[in-house]
Amino acid sequence: MHIPDGFLSTPVWATLDAVAAPAAAVVIRRAQRTFDLARVPALGVMGAFVFAAQMINFPVGAGTSSHLVGGTLLACTLGPAPASVVMIAILTIQSLVFQDGGVLALGANVLNMAVIGVLAGYLPFYLWGAGPRRKFAIFAGGTLSVLVSAILALSELLVSGVPMPRAALVLSMGVFAVSAILEGAITLAVVQGLDAIQPNFVRIPAAGRSPALGMLGLVAVLLGAVGVLFASTAPDGIERLTRYEAASAAAPWLSKAGAGLGGLALIYAACLGIGRLVARPTPAGVGQAGWGPRRRGSA
Amino acid sequence: MHHVVLERWSRGTSAVHRRDPRVKALATLAFLIVIATAHRQLPWLATACFVLLCGVTLAARLPVRPAVLRAGIVLSFTVVFAAMSWISGDPARAVSLLLKSYLSAFAVLLLVSTTRISVLLHGMERLGAPRFLLMVVQFLYRYLFVISEEAQHMRAAALSRGAGAGHATRRSRLQAAGGAVAALFARSYGRAEDIHRSMLARGFSGEFRTLESLRLSAADVWFGTLAVLVPILIRIVIERSV
Amino acid sequence: MTGTLIEVRGLRFRYDDGTEALRGVDFCLHRGETVALLGANGSGKTTFVLHLNGLLTGEGEVTVCGFPVNRKNLPEVRRRIGLVFQDSESQLFMPSVIEDVAFGPLNHGLSTAEATARARKALETVGMAAAADRAPYHLSAGEKKRVAIAGILAMDPEILVLDEPTTFLDPPGQRSLAELLARLPQAKILVTHDIPFAQAMSSRAAFFREGTIAAEGAVDELVRRFNWGPLG
Repeated sequence: MHIPDGFLSTPVWATLDAVAAPAAAVVIRRAQRTFDLARVPALGVMGAFVFAAQMINFPVGAGTSSHLVGGTLLACTLGPAPASVVMIAILTIQSLVFQDGGVLALGANVLNMAVIGVLAGYLPFYLWGAGPRRKFAIFAGGTLSVLVSAILALSELLVSGVPMPRAALVLSMGVFAVSAILEGAITLAVVQGLDAIQPNFVRIPAAGRSPALGMLGLVAVLLGAVGVLFASTAPDGIERLTRYEAASAAAPWLSKAGAGLGGLALIYAACLGIGRLVARPTPAGVGQAGWGPRRRGSA
Repeated sequence: MHHVVLERWSRGTSAVHRRDPRVKALATLAFLIVIATAHRQLPWLATACFVLLCGVTLAARLPVRPAVLRAGIVLSFTVVFAAMSWISGDPARAVSLLLKSYLSAFAVLLLVSTTRISVLLHGMERLGAPRFLLMVVQFLYRYLFVISEEAQHMRAAALSRGAGAGHATRRSRLQAAGGAVAALFARSYGRAEDIHRSMLARGFSGEFRTLESLRLSAADVWFGTLAVLVPILIRIVIERSV
Repeated sequence: MTGTLIEVRGLRFRYDDGTEALRGVDFCLHRGETVALLGANGSGKTTFVLHLNGLLTGEGEVTVCGFPVNRKNLPEVRRRIGLVFQDSESQLFMPSVIEDVAFGPLNHGLSTAEATARARKALETVGMAAAADRAPYHLSAGEKKRVAIAGILAMDPEILVLDEPTTFLDPPGQRSLAELLARLPQAKILVTHDIPFAQAMSSRAAFFREGTIAAEGAVDELVRRFNWGPLG
């Protein structure tokens, strides 16, 4: 969900922009370790691919269809940091060229979808992608990335005081859950398609990784997301939050906002930590984000 | 097609087009902040700012009605939340959401309608944004429509072969769509390899050098100062007097 | 400077999966020549030309303008031999025509002013000077091909290599390309399936089969010998 400008309150969008900037810098620096400047066009092209892929409709029954969001697919093929960079590029183009997502809100959207969303999508793959539960890992990754992104977006809106009646909230969560599962299914379908074309499009998560910390990271992300949502929708919160004028007032509102933002900070810290261990140098060859064997020429 | 129109608009030669991209970017940012942080007398402020943006559109020699309408696309998202605000007894919030999201979208549309993307990206680099990211954006934009067209051709081909027909199971249709996306991935990957080869063949040695050179002129300074001050003044005047 | 611009002796190349793509190719190109490379898809033509500027490295000797093609000499080699690939869309990767044509000169260390001048001159040579500011995406296939050639000419090479240049071009586009190439003084290698084009442009041809050059001679001769005519 791309948040437009005008929705988030000033403390929220400003804080998220301030947090997103260093997060983006970290992710970009990491990506440059495996992809030097010569490979930048490749990242751009894969970003264009995701855009284009979003046009292909996946039939999901009952006459509805969904489309790929792409964060998890990118993470499994390019690696998490390059995937984040590509997602940031996509969000930038969507915001500027298509006015899909605000400019001041770019920090929020980047954190939700390009940083935390991609990480949440990659963690299951990191933990289980090399073993017999690979299919589950990919499906779980797709599901988690969309779910976490959506929950964070919703929470940011609630903390900003955007009114959402309880019924609407429940409905939204239902819609998010369905989209998330669809993303998991679609991502898995695409990965299986890729495996059929060329076995090493999808990388193998490196040996020497740390399952325990990976699990911890996963739990932290999940708890953080749920915590933020909970803090944003605490029982008397809805009544308070729907009073627009309360924006300038009450300590209870501020403490809820604080709790919400605190949850985000927790997630951010978890991501930094996980990012550090996920990007640990891998043994030569295994799981390295090499660009695969040279494609054979046509003649 | 939106992007074709945008490309055409951004290649104009008006005084607005010729301004330094850094100045335009900062002016847009200032405008967005003025709108985002406003709480009082929103309808008045919004009207004044709308008139201001229409004025800039005219000065940029762009067609006003299409621009005004194009900016309205954001409202399809906003209207749902506005409705919820109204129902929850907060009409002021509903109005705020609609006005702010629209004006913000209009301002950004103006920025990209008066500045070529590659020039804007170069300006952002000079303002401190990371080069690596901006180059990814540049190449993404370059191949966005190429690959979208390829995707459309694949869709047309698949439809002609009976995809989406009722007799296939949901699972097999999912797999077929997955296969289509995978094929598009492989083609894109192959194209990335081709581009890399072209770069090496023409002597790429690790750095992208650009022909662009940006220089601030007096007109840029005037424009920038006005563009930042006018919205602020408008807001101050409205909040004081009304 | 000798008249032999390219000398290849005993070139062998194997892909990562073990397939032998080139099994000992001997070839030379002299100043002023245009040579057509004919042969089936997969016979090694494109793989071969990728060795001429070091994009692929195999066993054997490849010498371009006196420089052995090795890692150390790559900048020199790539300055002298320009490759025009089959898909111009992937070759014109910069946001505007002029920026793309100036890419080569800028990489060779020229100043922006010099690179721009070279780029404009190259665009004039190919007849695309008016398109300098346009986005490559909006050009026609023929226009893209000409801009791609300009991008190579701007580097002032001695040799031009074109891989299937007439693919995607309509007959007027093909004619226009042939006229342009005929005007250019560089020695040329044309990898092509387009027999009339090969006949019109080249002084001799080499026929690739299964990774080696099975025969060399005039295009007509090879067409007869290998039954390589388009229809009957």
